Amino acid sequence: MELRTEPFVLNMGPQHPSTHGVFRMRVTFDGEVVVDMEPIFGYLHRGIEKLAETRTYTQVIPLTDRLDYLASMTNNHAYVLAVEKLAGIPVPERAEYLRVIMDELMRISSHLMAVGFFLNDLGCSVYTPLLYMYREREKILDLFEMVCGQRLTYNYMRIGGVSHDIPEEFMPALKKFVAEMPSFIDEYDQLLAENEILLARTKGVGILPRELAINASASGPVLRASGIKWDIRKKDPYSVYERFDFEIPTGKVGDTYDRYRVRIQEMRQSAHILEQAIEQLPSGEVQSKMPHLLHPPVGEAYGHIEAPRGELGFYLVSDNSIAPYRCHIRAPTLINLTALRDMVIGWKLADAIIIFGSIDIILGEVDR
Amino acid sequence: MLWPLDNYWAHFGVFTVIVLGFFLIGVMAFTYVERRGFGPFQLRLGPNRAGPFGVLQPVADAIKVLLKEDIVPARADKWVHWLASVIVLLPVLLILAVIPFHKGHGLIPDLNIGILYVVAVSALGVMGIFMAGWASNNKYSLIAAMRVVATMVSYEIPLVLSIIGVVLISGSLSLNDIVEGHTIPFFLLTPLGFLVFLLSAMAEINRGPFDLLEADSELVAGFHTEYSGMKFALFYLAEYGHALAMSAIAATLFFRGWVGPGSEYIGVLWFLVKMLFIFILLIWMRVTFPRLRIDQLMGFAWKCLFPLALINLLIVGVEVVAWEAPWWIIFVNFAVAGGLILLWSRFFKLGGGRVEVRV
Repeated sequence: MELRTEPFVLNMGPQHPSTHGVFRMRVTFDGEVVVDMEPIFGYLHRGIEKLAETRTYTQVIPLTDRLDYLASMTNNHAYVLAVEKLAGIPVPERAEYLRVIMDELMRISSHLMAVGFFLNDLGCSVYTPLLYMYREREKILDLFEMVCGQRLTYNYMRIGGVSHDIPEEFMPALKKFVAEMPSFIDEYDQLLAENEILLARTKGVGILPRELAINASASGPVLRASGIKWDIRKKDPYSVYERFDFEIPTGKVGDTYDRYRVRIQEMRQSAHILEQAIEQLPSGEVQSKMPHLLHPPVGEAYGHIEAPRGELGFYLVSDNSIAPYRCHIRAPTLINLTALRDMVIGWKLADAIIIFGSIDIILGEVDR
Repeated sequence: MLWPLDNYWAHFGVFTVIVLGFFLIGVMAFTYVERRGFGPFQLRLGPNRAGPFGVLQPVADAIKVLLKEDIVPARADKWVHWLASVIVLLPVLLILAVIPFHKGHGLIPDLNIGILYVVAVSALGVMGIFMAGWASNNKYSLIAAMRVVATMVSYEIPLVLSIIGVVLISGSLSLNDIVEGHTIPFFLLTPLGFLVFLLSAMAEINRGPFDLLEADSELVAGFHTEYSGMKFALFYLAEYGHALAMSAIAATLFFRGWVGPGSEYIGVLWFLVKMLFIFILLIWMRVTFPRLRIDQLMGFAWKCLFPLALINLLIVGVEVVAWEAPWWIIFVNFAVAGGLILLWSRFFKLGGGRVEVRV
């Protein structure tokens, strides 16, 4: 007797523990094997790009906090960079250094969450690795709380500088954190990096080939894991990044394991950048002279930075009014997501989850 | 001797209450130990609000779960949905009925086919879970149910083979005789058997890195996604009860159950301490490892545990034939077990790759 089988469709999400928000995957399974996948997003659409058109340039900054809520500082930075390009506003050197410090702290914090949730998706049953990651993230959030009083939506960067200078207790705490961080990363490696189950689950799984990564316009750790040395901090240096010595970690294969490793190594590099930034930090103003209401000249500007999840860009068009005429956000995770379908087909249900987790998306940014 | 009661019915009544009480309190204690034990592993405190050191947390949980609304999905098979939550609890209670808590003390402590009965009854666990997965009319539950049938049936084989090793040495199927038969704990005589038993028991009770059927990051809550209120509590009880029962069996088979230094009357305490030790091992593995994938899980059963269990059986057989072995056989056993595990870890890879599909 021949058994009749047929594929079945499973809607994973929008309410599902591993969709990192309200993402939905419409997956067709043949048994446990994924034969087709259709990503469906938009459940968290808040119209941030449209809202930006009705606010003054400064009032848009809090909106950017709500994009990638695990990396608000870098969102702020990308936006103010675009406005500064548009209006030609100089930034004091100290403010640039502070921005770099905040960016790199944010990158560590964001990667901690990325790696933690990735390991969680991998099924470390009861959140153990995630809670280890929270330990360090807490310290970073404490640092942010010192400078701007917020722990999630910082609204710290301003057009032409930053909102406050750092308080005096910030520097010792930062130095302590930077000194400790490498040993914590060593601890993560020691606990899990060579775990047999982790290797078996991640090595060779969900390979994103070089060409596909480029064609899909992927960026950030997803692109670098596929072996491409591309980092906006090096390729189009903004702020004061050309003054720091750091490396771009890359993977070889482009599988989930490489993405995980690249993130871990980027944390090390970020700590290294922080060390240098602390040494070089000049004194002086943190905010340049600004008109009361900004009227940038008619024109357009694109400011992009290397956010933790990839190239985050703000494209602004000005019509010489107080609000941007058009604001478009190049959200890295939305673009990285486009390669998801090619990566998951042929893998099992459990693999689909970790491949999705290894892209590290934040729905606030994907749906905007 | 405080016991046994000569009257059959009195014995039956008293021990039914004891076993049920042991089950319920044991599960509460184990959940407390687990949640509290997770604390240090995860850099946090664990429950510490309800009562001193949070010991009343399980009570609070029980009250909460009792007060929850019981929801049956609209298209679910109502009878099977209800029946599953009862059936899933059944094997646990049936196993606990034959566990000797103390020398000759238990509901049916001297069942002459003791361990055979345990194995047979624990296989029933599959049924309840599969019924739950099928009746819920939920795709996640169904996938979990499919996984459960595949894994439980596979892992039963190494489990039974590792138990046969113990039975070979002791020459008896009765749990009472297994405990009393030898002066050395069996985990020293068959370390490999103990390891195989522990790993397959973990898969059997769906814990640790083998908790595929309720893989929360993949299948939401697996087979009990659609259960709430007291029915969910029954699944919870069954899960921890199964862990309890497996720890009890491991303590009985490999650690000489109630036997320990000190007065004869504290045997029950020794039994509980040994159970707790096994349970803490389970907690430790659960909290540490990532989950295996389904094909890797099956591969692990058939390519790794199954041959190792067979080899273990061979070793035990040789030792039994040439018995009166000197005491250093223990070290030989450990060396052989270590060598075999090393060998297998070199040749056996969890692996598993992409499947070509027509898009």
